[in-house]
Amino acid sequence: MDWSPKIVAFVCNWCTYTGADLAGTSRLKMDPNVRVVRLTCSSRVNPLFIIKAFERGADGVIVSGCHTGDCHYSTGNYYARRRFAILHDLLQLMGVEDDRVTFSWVSASEGNKWQQVVNETTARVKALGACQPQEKVGQAAQ
Amino acid sequence: MKALQELASKLLSDGTVKVVIGYEQGPRGVRPAFITDPAQTSKLIFDRRCTQNLATYLNPRRKHIAALGKAGVVVKGCDARAVAGLIREQQITRDSVVIIAVRCGGVLEDPTSTAELTAETTSPRCGHCQVREPKLHDHLLGELPPAPPVNPRRTEQIAALEKMSAAERMQYWNAQLERCVRCHACREACPMCFCVECRAERALPQWVDPSPTARANRAWTMMRVMHQAGRCVDCMECERACPSNIPLGLLARYIADSVEQRYGYKATDDPGVPAPLGVFRTDDGEEFIR
Repeated sequence: MDWSPKIVAFVCNWCTYTGADLAGTSRLKMDPNVRVVRLTCSSRVNPLFIIKAFERGADGVIVSGCHTGDCHYSTGNYYARRRFAILHDLLQLMGVEDDRVTFSWVSASEGNKWQQVVNETTARVKALGACQPQEKVGQAAQ
Repeated sequence: MKALQELASKLLSDGTVKVVIGYEQGPRGVRPAFITDPAQTSKLIFDRRCTQNLATYLNPRRKHIAALGKAGVVVKGCDARAVAGLIREQQITRDSVVIIAVRCGGVLEDPTSTAELTAETTSPRCGHCQVREPKLHDHLLGELPPAPPVNPRRTEQIAALEKMSAAERMQYWNAQLERCVRCHACREACPMCFCVECRAERALPQWVDPSPTARANRAWTMMRVMHQAGRCVDCMECERACPSNIPLGLLARYIADSVEQRYGYKATDDPGVPAPLGVFRTDDGEEFIR
């Protein structure tokens, strides 16, 4: 059976979403596996969003916002960076492969970088296969 | 412990506090005691079996204890960090509690045990302890006993986990977490879990599936660890409270190490030090960002 990964992207409205829009209007070719969720800021990305995405069967997650120093709200992404660093360590400890989660900064003018983030993440997740394939969503623990 | 009993009696008699939260001998080992009558203070004890973190009873969510009135609480160094955490996060004010600190020489992992402190019986948290004589206190009792033996169990487990591949770690945690019955005892025992409404109990939107499925257990545990990141005082009450013996203290220690390594923050009994995830530096490391 053809399997293709489901990847959820949490992006900030001001940089990455606009950058992704630019990638689209520039007709850049991207893998269709990424579902974009637009949020006001990367600091709006509660670590629980990412945990929840994996719980509900996502195979990969992208989190992206403005480059540090360029946050629309001045300091949002600095707080987010600390949170993601700890979440990154936690995911590693829990056995979620490093390649399933991509944290990146993509500015509004970096349509090419967004294309690269999407394609590289999709390729990495494809190489890893489905996340926890042995266990379906909602299946009770034995 | 005579000094403790006398102090508690004095504080209760002169009305400084309405209740003293301490330790007493129960039918099955040492248990928390809530003393409101000065005549009852002779029940109070403090020794190596006093493992429980009593700061958890200062949590304003525990209305039946708050209703007793101003509390005096017996704390060890590790518990003093939890009191500091509650003050830092504005759950209690410094003058709303009388802190009776006791110099601590380590505690047993199991308060129902009567064993001596050895490398096997001492709580693994005591090996990391740097606050055997807490600075945050109103009264400081006892002489400083010698440092406890170090229980290497947790350090060894973390080292073993670090050697595993991602798939092996996934398997390890699946095996551990499939025993979780979602009783949320870890949350109830935790001094730093004081939300009025827990995310895990919110139905609309439902953040975490309340049923004990493998995926939901994983999400619940990860959520709790993330909420405790940079706030956890490493008292290991979650692990002690867990009826399924899930090594929750392992996660706590790993994240505490990660916070310390990245941001130089150690759990402290100084309420003035900001929580590391509530502040930032422009030059924080971002090696994990692609």
